[in-house]
Amino acid sequence: MAKNFKKQPDAISLGRAIAEGDIKVKLSMVIMGFGCMARKQIGKGLLILLFEISFIYFMVSNGLYNLSMLPSLGWRKQEKVLNSAGFYEYQQGDNSVILLLYGVATLFIVAAFILLWIIQMKLAYKLQVREETSLHINSLKEDIKSLFDKNLHMTLMTFPCLGILFFNIVPLVFMITMAFTNYSKEDDHLILFDWNGLVNFGRVLNIRGNIGKQFWSVLLWTVIWAVFATFLNYIMGMILALIINRKNTHFKSFWRFCFVLSIAVPQFVSLLIMHTMLQQQGAINVILQNMGLISSPLPFLQDPIWARVTIIIINLWVGIPYTMLQVTGILQNIPGELYEAAKMDGAGVFTIFRKITLPYMLFVTAPYLITSFTGNINNFNVIYLLSGGGPTYVGDTAGQTDLLVTWLYKLTIEKQYYNIGAVIGIMTFIVLSITALVTYRNSASYKNEEAFM
Amino acid sequence: MEDRITFKKNKAPLGKRIGNLLVHIFLAALACLWLLPILWIILTSLRGEQGSYVSTFFPKTYTLGNYVKLLTDTSILNFPKMFMNTLIIAIFTCIISTFFVLSVSYCLSRMRFKMRKPYMNMAMILGLFPGFMSMVAVYYILKAIGLSEGTMIRVALILVYSACAGMGFQIAKGFFDTIPKSIDEAAIIDGATQWQVFTKITMPLSKPIIVYTILTSFMGPWVDFIFAKVICRANADQYTVAIGLWSMLQKEYIHSWYTCFAAGAVLVSIPIATLFIFMQKYYVDGMAGAVKG
Repeated sequence: MAKNFKKQPDAISLGRAIAEGDIKVKLSMVIMGFGCMARKQIGKGLLILLFEISFIYFMVSNGLYNLSMLPSLGWRKQEKVLNSAGFYEYQQGDNSVILLLYGVATLFIVAAFILLWIIQMKLAYKLQVREETSLHINSLKEDIKSLFDKNLHMTLMTFPCLGILFFNIVPLVFMITMAFTNYSKEDDHLILFDWNGLVNFGRVLNIRGNIGKQFWSVLLWTVIWAVFATFLNYIMGMILALIINRKNTHFKSFWRFCFVLSIAVPQFVSLLIMHTMLQQQGAINVILQNMGLISSPLPFLQDPIWARVTIIIINLWVGIPYTMLQVTGILQNIPGELYEAAKMDGAGVFTIFRKITLPYMLFVTAPYLITSFTGNINNFNVIYLLSGGGPTYVGDTAGQTDLLVTWLYKLTIEKQYYNIGAVIGIMTFIVLSITALVTYRNSASYKNEEAFM
Repeated sequence: MEDRITFKKNKAPLGKRIGNLLVHIFLAALACLWLLPILWIILTSLRGEQGSYVSTFFPKTYTLGNYVKLLTDTSILNFPKMFMNTLIIAIFTCIISTFFVLSVSYCLSRMRFKMRKPYMNMAMILGLFPGFMSMVAVYYILKAIGLSEGTMIRVALILVYSACAGMGFQIAKGFFDTIPKSIDEAAIIDGATQWQVFTKITMPLSKPIIVYTILTSFMGPWVDFIFAKVICRANADQYTVAIGLWSMLQKEYIHSWYTCFAAGAVLVSIPIATLFIFMQKYYVDGMAGAVKG
């Protein structure tokens, strides 16, 4: 059945279904699933019709109201009114967040309905074509059977896709819409708020404003951080892996175990420990002072420059074993002849590393490098648990070591500046997609797929 | 340790032997540096003196009291309860997300359908948004369907941890890609359905990646911090281990709970570390497979 369908992939389109469909297909435009019901697929047709009826019921009972509130996002304030019994009672006002959420959700439901409509139109027309050419039409039982065979992907992927839709896409769209409102604790717009166009984007990008100034400095630090964190970890992790894997190193698995142990401990535990150890009164300062090496505590996380360097170094502690673990397998894939040839030509250890190992690894692991770069831009744990983004200057919402993500967290969860937070989220996405795109396009493995094969 | 190396390797020229010795000393120094914080937390968990202010690396008195307090003093921070919360959440998350990850990866690796490429591209694009950007929105959605209060928080956390599992298919897909397709084809010629190929052929061949997926998804709730914090808010009786330990380091608790924090950290780390060391082989193989594929 599937094969016949594949032979004429463009024969079935919505346009043709509307233009060339017979009366049964045309009726499906109004009574969804009619085309199926009229052509022996009663079960499927009824199911589609059931969806249509429930959609109409939903739209009449809630959906239309939800959509109608979307442009204004509500205006009724919560008020005290005198009820008939002579008491004051609170009359519930509009809650813009809820209205926005329901509005967005309704838009998704409408979109899903339109999609279903298109699919069933095509299906109705397909059945017509099959009937005209006297091909077999599947019964419900056969359809269900095919869900475990040819169409297994539909069965297996439905729930994961629904999960992603409800817990990722809908919330994301909902957050993105917030960027165009004045939903914020500023000026008390937490319950009632309005659309305000691109005002928030202007505020974030304007370098002369308070928010804008912070945005550009946070962005700069985010990029610096991601570059250092990614490449230092990558190079040093690789060197460590090479040292452990070299021929003359003894106790290979013991060394590997030592380093793996440090990442086996949950990251939040080790980072929280580091955080307490690096305080002014923390273990490191106290012990160094008792040993007489320093006279006053070192400002590991208190001075902006110190804090930034400390964080990059601690991140090496976190990241090097990971890289070591990840590249170990790949390093062993490097063709041995390359090394032999280089040695014959009298190349030293460093030349071999620079001319063979590094280019090979860069070539093979380019996608991994991109993921780890984007992962570092989004590296919430290290910053939040280690420095909390601090030190923070008075009047700022962003600290000196805040990344865009931790700033986003602070703005939304702690400060409740939801609109600015949403803009920062979108900006993070833009930064990430640009870097991912540019690096991927310029990476050797994209330009020349078979260089090392 | 270094002595043994030097006299075992006596054939190589002196220069090379010294170089080799230096490499081992270097590795030993690095290993110390990496193990120091772990040693420190174990020592702190056994420390007799209270508080976070210390003057020596090694405790003056040793005690198991911190563990006893952590497990029995449930009046303020109920660690056993947090542990049970996390365990329940982890078990359910593990079941759901393992199923999601394996089915999505199998479909993307083995089957060809119209939405395959769009799905993979979509997963990549969604992955570029900060993970918790949608957190606030998710919270409102959970609130709207009544999952933000009381014991329902557990359900909410399970959903949050497992719902998007379908996006983390890369490593498992890389693994499935390495299983020869001819096996499937032979089975299909013999009349097997795709479902039978999936359950009877691919799954038994994929033990490493199944173990890997189960362990990673089981570990997720133990190590996650922010999602739990955003969703639990002030519901202290629903806290997971990660938030519980974090709150022990807050100003109001740190003095009396610091050593207990260390004890809790050790207790949580032991199972996680064991699991991680157990599965690192699969992790390495998965990485190598994913890069090759």
